[in-house]
Amino acid sequence: MAAYRITPTFQRVLHAVKHASLRPTCWLISRHACYSTVYDPSEKTFDKILIANRGEIACRVIKTCKKMGIRTVAVHSDVDLSAVHVKMADEAVCVGPAPTNKSYLNMDAIMDAIRNTGAQAVHPGYGFLSENKEFARRLAAEGVTFIGPDTHAIQAMGDKIESKLIAKAAKVNTIPGFDGVVKNADEAVKIAQEIGYPVMIKASAGGGGKGMRIAWNDEETREGFRFSSQEAASSFGDDRLLIEKYIDNPRHIEIQVLADKHGNALWLNERECSIQRRNQKVVEEAPSMFLDPTTRRAMGEQAVSLAKAVKYSSAGTVEFLVDSKKNFYFLEMNTRLQVEHPITECITGLDLVQQMIRVAKGYELKHKQEDIPINGWAIESRVYAEDPYKSFGLPSIGRLSQYEEPVNLAGVRVDSGIQEGSDISIYYDPMISKLVTYGATRAEALQKMEDALDNYVIRGVTHNIPLLREIIVHPRFISGDISTNFLPEVYPEGFKGHPLTASERRELLAAASALYVATQLRSQRFLGQQRVSNTTQERKSWELCVELEKGSHMLSVSRSGTNYTVEIDGEKVDVSGEWNLASTLLPLTINGTHRVLQCLSRNAAGEITLQYLGTSFKVRVLSKLAASLSKHMPEKVPEDSSSILRSPMPGTVVAVSVKAGDTVAEGQEICVIEAMKMQNSMTAAKTAKVKSVHCKAGETVGEGDLLVELE
Amino acid sequence: MAAYTLVRSGGGILNALKGSLKTFGHAPQSCAALSGCKLVHNTQWRSSGQLSVQERIESKRRAALQGGGQGRIQAQHKRGKLTARERVVLLLDPDSFVECDMFVEHRCADFGMQADHNKYPGDSVVTGQGRINGRLVYIFSQDFTVFGGSLSGAHAQKICKVMDQAMMVGAPVIGLNDSGGARIQEGVESLAGYADIFLRNVLASGVVPQISLIMGPCAGGAVYSPALTDFTFMVKDTSYLFITGPDVVKSVTNEDVTQEELGGAKTHTAVSGVAHKAFENDVDALLNLREFFNFLPLSNKDSAPVMECHDPSDRLVPGLDTLVPFESTKAYDMLDIIHSIVDERNFFEIMPNYAKNIVVGFARMNGRTVGIVGNQPKVASGCLDINSSVKGARFVRFCDAFNIPIITFVDVPGFLPGTAQEYGGIIRHGAKLLFAFAEATVPKITIITRKAYGGAYDVMSSKHLRGDVNYAWPSAEVAVMGAKGAVQIIFRGKEDQAEAEAEYVEKFANPFPAAVRGFVDDIIQPSTTRMRICRDLEVLASKTQRNPWKKHANIPL
Repeated sequence: MAAYRITPTFQRVLHAVKHASLRPTCWLISRHACYSTVYDPSEKTFDKILIANRGEIACRVIKTCKKMGIRTVAVHSDVDLSAVHVKMADEAVCVGPAPTNKSYLNMDAIMDAIRNTGAQAVHPGYGFLSENKEFARRLAAEGVTFIGPDTHAIQAMGDKIESKLIAKAAKVNTIPGFDGVVKNADEAVKIAQEIGYPVMIKASAGGGGKGMRIAWNDEETREGFRFSSQEAASSFGDDRLLIEKYIDNPRHIEIQVLADKHGNALWLNERECSIQRRNQKVVEEAPSMFLDPTTRRAMGEQAVSLAKAVKYSSAGTVEFLVDSKKNFYFLEMNTRLQVEHPITECITGLDLVQQMIRVAKGYELKHKQEDIPINGWAIESRVYAEDPYKSFGLPSIGRLSQYEEPVNLAGVRVDSGIQEGSDISIYYDPMISKLVTYGATRAEALQKMEDALDNYVIRGVTHNIPLLREIIVHPRFISGDISTNFLPEVYPEGFKGHPLTASERRELLAAASALYVATQLRSQRFLGQQRVSNTTQERKSWELCVELEKGSHMLSVSRSGTNYTVEIDGEKVDVSGEWNLASTLLPLTINGTHRVLQCLSRNAAGEITLQYLGTSFKVRVLSKLAASLSKHMPEKVPEDSSSILRSPMPGTVVAVSVKAGDTVAEGQEICVIEAMKMQNSMTAAKTAKVKSVHCKAGETVGEGDLLVELE
Repeated sequence: MAAYTLVRSGGGILNALKGSLKTFGHAPQSCAALSGCKLVHNTQWRSSGQLSVQERIESKRRAALQGGGQGRIQAQHKRGKLTARERVVLLLDPDSFVECDMFVEHRCADFGMQADHNKYPGDSVVTGQGRINGRLVYIFSQDFTVFGGSLSGAHAQKICKVMDQAMMVGAPVIGLNDSGGARIQEGVESLAGYADIFLRNVLASGVVPQISLIMGPCAGGAVYSPALTDFTFMVKDTSYLFITGPDVVKSVTNEDVTQEELGGAKTHTAVSGVAHKAFENDVDALLNLREFFNFLPLSNKDSAPVMECHDPSDRLVPGLDTLVPFESTKAYDMLDIIHSIVDERNFFEIMPNYAKNIVVGFARMNGRTVGIVGNQPKVASGCLDINSSVKGARFVRFCDAFNIPIITFVDVPGFLPGTAQEYGGIIRHGAKLLFAFAEATVPKITIITRKAYGGAYDVMSSKHLRGDVNYAWPSAEVAVMGAKGAVQIIFRGKEDQAEAEAEYVEKFANPFPAAVRGFVDDIIQPSTTRMRICRDLEVLASKTQRNPWKKHANIPL
């Protein structure tokens, strides 16, 4: 149990612990998680815990269980048989086939698993059954501890309407709006009109941003009602909806609370979660640049008073919308461990999972409010298997053919539940990992995030690192001028990748041509004695033509050892590196600056794809001769895409609204594709007659599959 | 073979061109283009007596470099094609081309061909030797700008000369084909020329690697030269291979077919299996050919080349431990295994679009070239059928002929049943693959990733066919057939088929029956596969094994 790996980064944390006047008997500091938490082996909790979840959160919980000496039971669907969480756990039980409602939401099977393994407690993670009061009730009935709040609190806070009433009573600021159950579209419109546009519509039972839509007029309200109620029904089996006033340009800031069963409750500072796409968080940080100590305290105290009002125990999160004048409104309370809890752990040093387990066992919190520090700055990027070039992220699937987490970097924590070879399937959330960086200051944490993203190797699925890398270096983000509308405001035309400056462009061209030359030289290096002698001239200079984004550059490269000097348009760029052509990473020094690029692909025809500053760029490097001869090559015409509708992602066709022969208007809905519990309306790119329909409702489609052809 | 006996219109170069162009079908258009251009021709050497020898040399060389003249060069470019010389220069290392027979001219005296303006120094082919990444190669490149690249006696003689030398020296021959067919004016001399080349193709087969890159028309008897070589590559949209062109097809069988459909790159890489791969355009093809050349030894006297390698030979591949799906009916992509095991994920696939149920191609392991054969569970469950057997067999024989170790990944449910296969002769075609694996004496390493059922198990480089190292992954199932079929035979009439099936699965759907008999040498963790193969190849590098003396074996053709 005793691992004394204490690096300078953790000195601060240690100090915090001393400050908290806790006398540890035993320490365990993980290299990647910055915990100051004391794992006291004499404090008996449970012998065996079942984790009713999958993926990174299941792994996260198991890690703490291992530290606490608790045996773990994983549950899994059949396709998750060889998943990481299954391997990590001491025991594993299959609870059904791939679809979540047959496995991870299958209470009967999970209850059986608990009985058969003799687990004394269940950690539900987030999502799935974490806020399901029925599940909590069934556990209680069998004497199994639910590691989370009481059924009462789940029920009270899980219902968006009831939670507001309780919040109001507890003197928590609430959003002006209408609290009520919506029966049909007409009623939705009526309510919306009463509140005044814009309004937000979402499933009452749903957490997070899933199923949340914003309507600016009656028509959008009707559409929003239809989608939200469908999603609510399919995801939660509960089609009740909530409509409330939508606060334009707000920040999303939430307070982590931790309460025990003895009436003690703490607020563990805030998390800034404003960077969102389609109401799902992308980048989070703790603390928030926006809050001053007074506002922070006010928010914290209101959060604690709400927790106390519902006799809350365990970890929970009170979400607030904060407007530009630092007015804050209660949004909802999440009665579970949040996805983004690691950043709070980083700045406070607490292991929230351990605290949840302790509290569930009935122990009192050892910390007092004044023991809760804000040490340094932590940032979390949610790395998703999705294409950020399509509405900031549409799910993608595939097999992680190569996967390397940047965990060798200092101050980096990666919470993931996948590994090289894992499949990202259509059945589950497409999150690959949570990449957390931690530093003494925000600038340091951001610098580490840049490095971590550059060193993160993900091959086989499309991922959102290009977008994450752009967000964290954007001047508005750096200055802290953010809101939940950050992405649409900064990228009104959609995300297009990193826009290269002139000098960055030169750097990229130089790196690509140096890589090309290194590859060419290597392909002359045959080992061993040859019967017919080789005549290789290791040339010292090259004349190349490099194409990038439709621009073509003539440049010259000269080499001395592993250093290359590339002359582009009269400017010299020095590039040096190891030139390990098998490595997934390409660490280079370009004009004295250290940069980590990744070579995603290269072929004999000189096509090189480089990941540079997070974005992948296609470059073609040719010798001067090959380039001049390429002029004669015929141009091949790509197919016209405006009359063809292809599936932007893998998923299931929920509805097809047209048939062959129909005339559709530009922007009219053609069909709806559901993937990862999200419904996406596919619309016509032009006004035309439908030539043929290639999909039908209920069918599974892959990315790029032909759906509908227009004339 | 009837294609090059076409138009016998007498006299004149344009008519001759028309004649040879007809062979590949787009005569009207091409001829219009050709007659439109003035025949730029250096006429200095007509009065040769007045010029010094030195000047004549210079002027002939200049003329040779011009091929059929600027006008035809432009026409060639307009078709999206490079000239014979441009191709040679792009394919070879800079300044490495050493040309041969630049002064050779055709010897035809009929139909006005003897006229000086109908003589082109070098005639319609550029030949010589040069280097690709420093390694010797002999090359001929047919020049479409001279008489449509048609094959004269002199043309054939030039090709034969480089082939003869290539065999003596022990270096590969690359042919860049772009020819309308026979030189009609020369009649039987042209035919003789083809036969001379064919003979050399046959004699060189298995001695030096021979590669054909079809970069324009290649029709009639001419097609048999590429067919006899080891690899035939094509250029999309601009190359054609057929015995008889669309016009003749129409007149004989009344079929309407375009050149592209009849003998384009798509047809030959996906349907007929004549070509091994197609590339986007001339530049793309030549650059890829350079890469391909690096995989090959220079001759049968050389061992497989070893290149500087940056990929650690003991690299583990953790992803492989979870790659094979738990359900044995579920597909996975054999290319995932191949890519993750070979050096730098660099796999040069041969015939990627033909008989996709088997994957073959070249890669390197710790720098050394290896040939890879794998059943592809993603296509037709990876079964063996006629086409995949022939595809695999030819590849295995090439590797064996040129000392390239063979690594075989096995996941095969058996041979494809059905009348189509039986009538098509799956028995004799399947026997080819069996023959090829059994005959091969190069290092043979086999990895059974999942199914190895029935006769197909024997065929796929099994221990019994002298596999040097045979591994099984824990997911391997070596058995006569799948559980269901086996149970129906063994327990015919038994009530509880499910129970019997479970028993069979328990007994045979695992690697043990093969392992206890020594038919597999070890059961290995998939993630260690690369490390083990690299280690085994080191050991097997000095393997010597000889087949009994024979004039040649009699493979079931």
